Amino acid sequence: MTAAIGISAVRKTFPGAEHPALAGVSLDIAENEFFTLLGPSGCGKTTLLRIIAGFETPDAGELRLGGVAMGTTPPNKRSVNTVFQSYALFPHMSVAANIAFALEMLGRPRDAIRARVAEVMRLLRLEGLGDRRPNQLSGGQQQRVALGRALASAPKVLLLDEPLSALDLKLRRDMQIELKRLQAETGITFVFVTHDQEEALTMSNRIAVMRGGAVMQVGGPAEIYDRPADLFVADFIGEANLMPAVLVDRKGPQGRFRLTGSDALVVANDAGTIGVGEPAMLMVRPERIGLGPLNAAPCDVGVIALRVDALAYSGSDLMLHGALADGTRLRARLSGAAAGDAAVGDTVELIVPPDAVRVYRP
Amino acid sequence: MKRERAPRLMTGAGVVAALTFAFLYLPIVTLVALSFNANDLTTIWGGFSPKWYGVVVANDDILRATRNSLIVAGTASLAGTAASLAAALGLAGAGRWERTLAEGLLALPLLVPEIVTAVALLLTFVIVGFPLGLTSVIIAHTVFCIPFAYYPIRSRLAALDPALMEAASDLYASPWQRFMRIELPLLAPGVLAGALLAFISSLGDFVITYFVAGPGATTLPVYIYGMIRVGVTPEVNALTAILLFVTIAVITVAFLLGQRPETDQNGGIES
Ligand SMILES: Nc1ncnc2c1ncn2[C@@H]1O[C@H](COP(=O)(O)OP(=O)(O)OP(=O)(O)O)[C@@H](O)[C@H]1O
Ligand SMILES: [Mg+2]
Repeated sequence: MTAAIGISAVRKTFPGAEHPALAGVSLDIAENEFFTLLGPSGCGKTTLLRIIAGFETPDAGELRLGGVAMGTTPPNKRSVNTVFQSYALFPHMSVAANIAFALEMLGRPRDAIRARVAEVMRLLRLEGLGDRRPNQLSGGQQQRVALGRALASAPKVLLLDEPLSALDLKLRRDMQIELKRLQAETGITFVFVTHDQEEALTMSNRIAVMRGGAVMQVGGPAEIYDRPADLFVADFIGEANLMPAVLVDRKGPQGRFRLTGSDALVVANDAGTIGVGEPAMLMVRPERIGLGPLNAAPCDVGVIALRVDALAYSGSDLMLHGALADGTRLRARLSGAAAGDAAVGDTVELIVPPDAVRVYRP
Repeated sequence: MKRERAPRLMTGAGVVAALTFAFLYLPIVTLVALSFNANDLTTIWGGFSPKWYGVVVANDDILRATRNSLIVAGTASLAGTAASLAAALGLAGAGRWERTLAEGLLALPLLVPEIVTAVALLLTFVIVGFPLGLTSVIIAHTVFCIPFAYYPIRSRLAALDPALMEAASDLYASPWQRFMRIELPLLAPGVLAGALLAFISSLGDFVITYFVAGPGATTLPVYIYGMIRVGVTPEVNALTAILLFVTIAVITVAFLLGQRPETDQNGGIES
């Protein structure tokens, strides 16, 4: 099956810019996929969307939509619609006219347009708002109109550039669910841009993590979260404990590391290509760390003694903060019950399971 | 406590301001007042009467001049506005330098002494062998209408969100459909304001018209000039006052159009 969107070695440097906005991006996005571009501000997410939509042409590389090379095909000849970050609703037209716009441009018969507009308004829960102007709508309603306008002509691909960033948290959560529902119901390929990693993890089939115009990792949410390809991805997605260490010895793929911050030994099931005596950076998610028995021997493998300097309680769990001897900070997320009666000032022993440790070259 | 001396606090500043306004508006107020004078002698008040307006309306020469004025102002403002709209859209995509240069050249006719433009235009018509008449007046007016129409359109265009154009293209509008359905309706208030400003500047023009109008192409200002060579009559006052009222009305409409926020317009073609 050909990919809905095929991007190969796409480069783009804006005139006068020092660094390329896209430095050779290759991605295949499948049909029906909810695909997310995730990355810090300025990493090229919008530029990539604009190239897919046809507002920019790549300096080099190729874009294929449904297997057809796009070249300089203008936006109005691509079966791709965009939900703009600013919504860009036509201010002089009613909600219904906004939603009908694409269908009219495609020359659909009037009756069909009317029926489709009604259907889209029902799908997006906009019934009764058809005669309003965009400036008479709330932010969430405007957002749904923008979505409806882009969906009305049933494009093959829908591009969404941070469509939820202007909404408050509650509305945002609702719209996230609604977007997922829409994507499932319509079967349209969604390319979604966000710099909110939590949003990316909850919504996507696959995520591409970008940085400085390049794709650092592509994968499903669990893969990206659990097996980040490098330190940048590890740090950008979720919370990460990063601990400098040196490999002491290894048994096959398994390696035993001594933390530079304390004398604790930590075992990693997959030590990668690190050689004995070489430095490494270990990464452990806070929720993978457990609280050990207070009488465990200090040299036990995978046990780190930590002096607690702050506790943050957040309802369902407790975040325990502390520092190793060299100042390396550690966080452990403990369920309320597991936390026991740890208090600030106590020294606790943290257990790091070997399968939770990821090893990177520093 | 010593009060700081600021130019606007100096005694006399208020007086100067008052005098300025008096010199600007007293003659106009006087003109309007005297246009309602019942007396045949212009400067002696003989009670209120609108009779001179009746005389103006009954004068065939005046009606003919009015007709000419409306034809010229209508055609020239329309042509000038169309040209300005094209220029504004074209220059929006041009580079900074090209745009600054082109806009400077467009604005120059506003600053060049009108008599220079008048003589230059007359010379051109004579050299080319273009017959002087209503058409030559229309052409000349179109030229100086352009800067008046250009700036309201341009400022409206600058306030337009470029994402709207992209959205239209994205939703399958061809460039022409995008222009008709999105750009033109959103620019409409600016276009209308520009056209109205062009219209009144054409309606009131005397110098250029006087030079390039041939026989039978007498416009209102030229006709009024002819009348006062005989003497300032109450009829002239009434006619001039009418011109003033029309101008004020048109400027008010143009101003109100310019004030309208972008999100609040009905200019679009609804489906
Ligand atoms: N029209 C432009 N001209 C020049 N440089 C541009 C232009 N558009 C984007 N850039 C630059 O290209 C880089 C990528 O920009 P882009 O808008 O794609 O980032 P982004 O990932 O969408 O960021 P954000 O999360 O802030 O929206 C940035 O360094 C930006 O400054
Ligand atoms: Mg962006």
